[in-house]
Amino acid sequence: MRHMSELQPFTIESFYKFVNEGKLMAAKCSKCGKVIFPPRPACPKCLSQNLSWIHIADECKLLTYTIIHVSSKDFESKVPYVLGIVKFAEAGQLLGMIQDIEPSRLKIGMPLKVHFDKTSTTATTVSPQTAQQWPQWPRYYFKPA
Amino acid sequence: MKHHTETKTQPKNTIQNPPTPPPKKIFQTHTNRPSNPKTPSWNDFNSSLVISSASKFTEAGTIVTGKPLASIISAGMSKFGRLDGVYARELFVEAVKDAYERCPNLEPKKDIKALIVGQMGESFEHQGHTGPTMADWVGLTPIPTIRTEAACSSSAVALRTGIMAIMSGLHDVVMVGGVEKMTHRKTTDVTEYLAMACDYPFEQWQGATFPGLFAMVGRAHMHKYGTTEKQMALVAVKNHRHGAMNPKAHMQKEICLEDVLSSRVVAWPLKLYDCSLVTDGASCLVLTKPDIATKFTDTPVHIIGSGQASDTIGLYERENLTNLDAGRLAGQEAYKMAGVKPEDIDVAEVHDCFTIAEIVAYEDLGFCPRGKGGCLIEEGQTGLDGMIAVNTSGGLKAKGHPVGATGAAQAYEIYLQLTEQAGKRQVKGAETGMTHNIGGLGATGVVNIYKRG
Repeated sequence: MRHMSELQPFTIESFYKFVNEGKLMAAKCSKCGKVIFPPRPACPKCLSQNLSWIHIADECKLLTYTIIHVSSKDFESKVPYVLGIVKFAEAGQLLGMIQDIEPSRLKIGMPLKVHFDKTSTTATTVSPQTAQQWPQWPRYYFKPA
Repeated sequence: MKHHTETKTQPKNTIQNPPTPPPKKIFQTHTNRPSNPKTPSWNDFNSSLVISSASKFTEAGTIVTGKPLASIISAGMSKFGRLDGVYARELFVEAVKDAYERCPNLEPKKDIKALIVGQMGESFEHQGHTGPTMADWVGLTPIPTIRTEAACSSSAVALRTGIMAIMSGLHDVVMVGGVEKMTHRKTTDVTEYLAMACDYPFEQWQGATFPGLFAMVGRAHMHKYGTTEKQMALVAVKNHRHGAMNPKAHMQKEICLEDVLSSRVVAWPLKLYDCSLVTDGASCLVLTKPDIATKFTDTPVHIIGSGQASDTIGLYERENLTNLDAGRLAGQEAYKMAGVKPEDIDVAEVHDCFTIAEIVAYEDLGFCPRGKGGCLIEEGQTGLDGMIAVNTSGGLKAKGHPVGATGAAQAYEIYLQLTEQAGKRQVKGAETGMTHNIGGLGATGVVNIYKRG
């Protein structure tokens, strides 16, 4: 049987493929043990390519946030929206929209959970002209835990 | 102390912004500039450096030459603003003509051996291949050209590349500069083009904008250090006050604290008046070898230290969200190379793309301790009469931010200050200047230090 890394290269495309399946996956370096999240084709610490996929639990905490009132055109229908950077317990940080919370209740350090909203993928969030173009990635969101 | 004179220059109609007693002085002392400055001699400068040989590398890899890296013999800038019906290349002509007029001894076609020009985006004018285009329009074809791209620090990188060209000995005289034409595009288009300087798959794709990312730095700074929206707003008030004295600035209008705090929210905590301007403009500098600078002018400005560093393209990956490390590291390298300290800097142009960025820059450049940037602006220490005059041109905030032109435009302002050409906003007796230019979300940082020749 082939190794999983051969089936699924450690790329951004693979990361989003897993997001589409409703999970966050990271690369773990077999040489130095670093968890690389989001994944990269080589460990940024030791440059080893001896990597394996590990699952990242969807609990995270809020590091900082903003409330966007002026967006680029793909997000015009969403303003105002909350955007935050979150930190995962195992490793890594991600940026994304925070949903289902009043801005006044946002607190740095608060626990959040990742949600994969199947209805909010490319088709509904980008303009019709760009919907057929690269990229075709899903989005993830954070909600109060 | 000079800082109280700040409040005297407030416009009469200022609604508020009372001279609140600052909590605690960060800096009790600072180097007083000589009231009647003498032009420093070459020996003065050399003696301030601890150098045993003509050229050496320190452990950190910083080259310390003990003499200037390159010298600016002239500088030029177009009017900055919303300039309808003009192409980028035409703005560059305006900047170059300005530089030529300031240096009658320069014979451009004979002397200038290369052009290095910064520009961020082809999308604005649907035009790439900027180097030869600019050279052609200013009559410098067929000299070699290089275009540098490092987002909002594109022309600071052009300047640094020019320094390398001079130091390598390849060219005796080079022109460096930058250009950007932006205002003819819709705001959403400009927002999208500028966002290209931050990470696409994990930031732009998830809804990030440039103001949004800086707002997150601001929010983290507020949380960690207690920095306030008012302190950020005071950066805008100060830079507009300076911009009002700059005839080439995009916005030559003073604003008050209330104007900033009540302006519409772009990305909380940043309001419209916390953001720099979408601007058209061009800038340039003529560099030469220090030992032949006086052949062209009696008042060269020497570049005595230059640092550059990089950071992750994505803000989301950084452990530290309250400062921009590339700027800090570039500053460290420049200080070391120049053999000067933060308190030696008389005038600085720092990257105030958003008000929080100027506060972060104070800390990254060592103008105040970490976390005290908000207090420094609140004390008025960075105004024209303060401890260190920051963004005398009006900065990106009021002079404007034609992204590719900004780095060289900062150096243009320092050139004016160190040659006593800055008019009403002249910092008296300024001898040592600094520019701090950030690209993207601080993924590039470039710092240069200058000394009156």
